[in-house]
Amino acid sequence: MSQEKPHISSYRSHVFVLAALIVLTGISVAVTTLELGRLDTLVAMLIAGAKAGIVLVWFMHLKFDNKLYTIFTVLVIVVFLLVLYVTFFDYSYR
Amino acid sequence: MSESTKSNHESFLEYKGKYRGILGWILSTDHKRIGLLYLYTMLVFFSVAAILGLLMKIQLIAPGHTIMGPATYNAMFTMHGIIMIFIIVVPGLPAVFGNFFLPLMIGAKDVAFPKLNLASWWIYVIGILIVLTSQFMGDGPPDTGWTFYAPYSFQTPANIVPALVGAFVLGFSSILTGINFVVTIHRLRAPGMKWLKMPLFPWTLYATAWIQILATPVIGITLLLTVMERTLGVGIFDPALGGDPILYQHLFWIYSHPAVYIMILPGMGVISEILPVFSRKRIYGYKAIVLSSLAIAFVGYFVWGHHMFTSGMSGRALFAFSFLTFLVAIPSAIKVFNWVATMYKGSLIFQTPFFWAVSFVFVFMIGGFSGLTLGSLATNVHLHDTHFVVAHFHFIVFGGTGFSFLAALHYWFPKMFGRMFDASWANMGWLIFFAGFLALYLPMFYLGIMGMPRRYYDYLPEFHGANILSSLGAILMIGGALIIIVNLVRSSRYGEKTNDKNPWGGKTLEWQADTPPTLENWEDIPEVTEKPYEYK
Ligand code: HEM
Ligand SMILES: [Cu+2]
Repeated sequence: MSQEKPHISSYRSHVFVLAALIVLTGISVAVTTLELGRLDTLVAMLIAGAKAGIVLVWFMHLKFDNKLYTIFTVLVIVVFLLVLYVTFFDYSYR
Repeated sequence: MSESTKSNHESFLEYKGKYRGILGWILSTDHKRIGLLYLYTMLVFFSVAAILGLLMKIQLIAPGHTIMGPATYNAMFTMHGIIMIFIIVVPGLPAVFGNFFLPLMIGAKDVAFPKLNLASWWIYVIGILIVLTSQFMGDGPPDTGWTFYAPYSFQTPANIVPALVGAFVLGFSSILTGINFVVTIHRLRAPGMKWLKMPLFPWTLYATAWIQILATPVIGITLLLTVMERTLGVGIFDPALGGDPILYQHLFWIYSHPAVYIMILPGMGVISEILPVFSRKRIYGYKAIVLSSLAIAFVGYFVWGHHMFTSGMSGRALFAFSFLTFLVAIPSAIKVFNWVATMYKGSLIFQTPFFWAVSFVFVFMIGGFSGLTLGSLATNVHLHDTHFVVAHFHFIVFGGTGFSFLAALHYWFPKMFGRMFDASWANMGWLIFFAGFLALYLPMFYLGIMGMPRRYYDYLPEFHGANILSSLGAILMIGGALIIIVNLVRSSRYGEKTNDKNPWGGKTLEWQADTPPTLENWEDIPEVTEKPYEYK
């Protein structure tokens, strides 16, 4: 099996990840003051999804790793989103 | 390393490592010893749960109070279900035969993470112990059924929390095994073993491992939410607090339907190993079997709603789930076609593993067809929560997973223990077990159609006749099981010794390893040039 050459991320990128997470946390607190009705959950999920994405891509190195890992991660997320969609499909027609 | 080269010719059963005696087993990271640890643990708990099942059938031999009252009966089917599902059939084939044979079949020395593998077994044992405490503490054993449906699961005074926490812990064991197998299959295949040269049992383990990794966390969270509902009243499922009990059913079945494929896929893999060997013929449609396994794993994520047709979902969701349920039956049927076509015009060899494998195909088909009956909306309203459902899933879980487990055990027995089992006792055990199985579960289809509900200790007098047959069937089947187990346990100690590497004439890699295998399986990692199952 071929060995990929290791990638060592810089402190700068860690600080960037930390800052982005803090800012996004601030935003998700801030939006709770807005009255968005049914969109509330969606917005919260989108912000949380962006945070998870940042952690995956930079902090957990998906960007620098073998493409196979990206493919599997995307597939898993697709399955997860489909499961959510099917669940809410029931709720939206009740 | 140096220690292991020295002992290269000693079998894994005799090898002496750092620890002696039982410690040499429960602290061993050898995948083969871990596989056997799971086997022995399961044997113990299978016996316990089977006795619970037998007691329930004796209660049902006549209407009214025969040997137990309603509360005891409820506790019994709950514990029977929890043990059989979470402790036996979910870990089942992957933990025992996956651990033992995956590395051997792909030409590896062990799984990718041997220590994690041992940790999985320990977590499994700890989970079992936590589940068992539910029987002895607090306000009586759980009585919710293995499904823990809300709202009852947070209203009953019974001792639910340890059962939930125990099942949660068992889930971790399952996830870790899944991760181990995915990495093992990606990284440790022998040189030359391309994906499409991999035998089918590893393929099904691969599909199963992905379900274990992706679906198990959902049940973990659901069980914890139920614990929080009971202890803190968080109001996720409790309608009085704005929660939704149907959400519980969604979350529970988002895991538990894929989990039924965790149970059955490896069994299908085993059958796909055995039938070519005992037909002396190449497997029919290798790629179709691989693809249908992956398709089952994928589509199986989206059919969970068929357990909730009568729970009050929206009409459109009912329609969608029924449609998807019909879709998932197609890849299962493809496999049945492939198995039958493999046997067609083969030189069939009538030995014990073959008997188990063909009877698997028979009962699996009955189970699958009854699944379709339940999957169509109109019939489901009539059949839901009746004995018809009990018959369906016993045909498919016991008849499918159980039969394939026994098929695997007889097939690989000589490789695992270096001894042969007594074939005439084994065949007689199979015959009695099979007859008992049919007598036990076939009447339940009839009873369900006539309207006898499941999970009651009592029934109307008009159901008496079929229940007598069913209970007698249970006694017969347990008799068969005893013959099988006693024969195998005896043979593992006193059976005729064999060093024959390949007693059945198999073509997959595990039959090139020593019998029983040595500590690291191979002196030289084998090179793979041919596809599996190349019988000329
Ligand atoms: C041919 C594919 C299958 C179809 C179409 C199917 C369909 C169904 C349906 C519709 C139900 C719900 C019945 C009800 O409660 O009203 C059900 C229950 C069940 N099925 Fe299947 N099934 C299939 C295969 C399997 C397999 C492979 C397994 C396990 C290895 C399995 C295990 C179960 C279990 C355990 C239950 C009952 C759960 C409970 O309520 O306690 N099924 N099936
Ligand atoms: Cu299901």
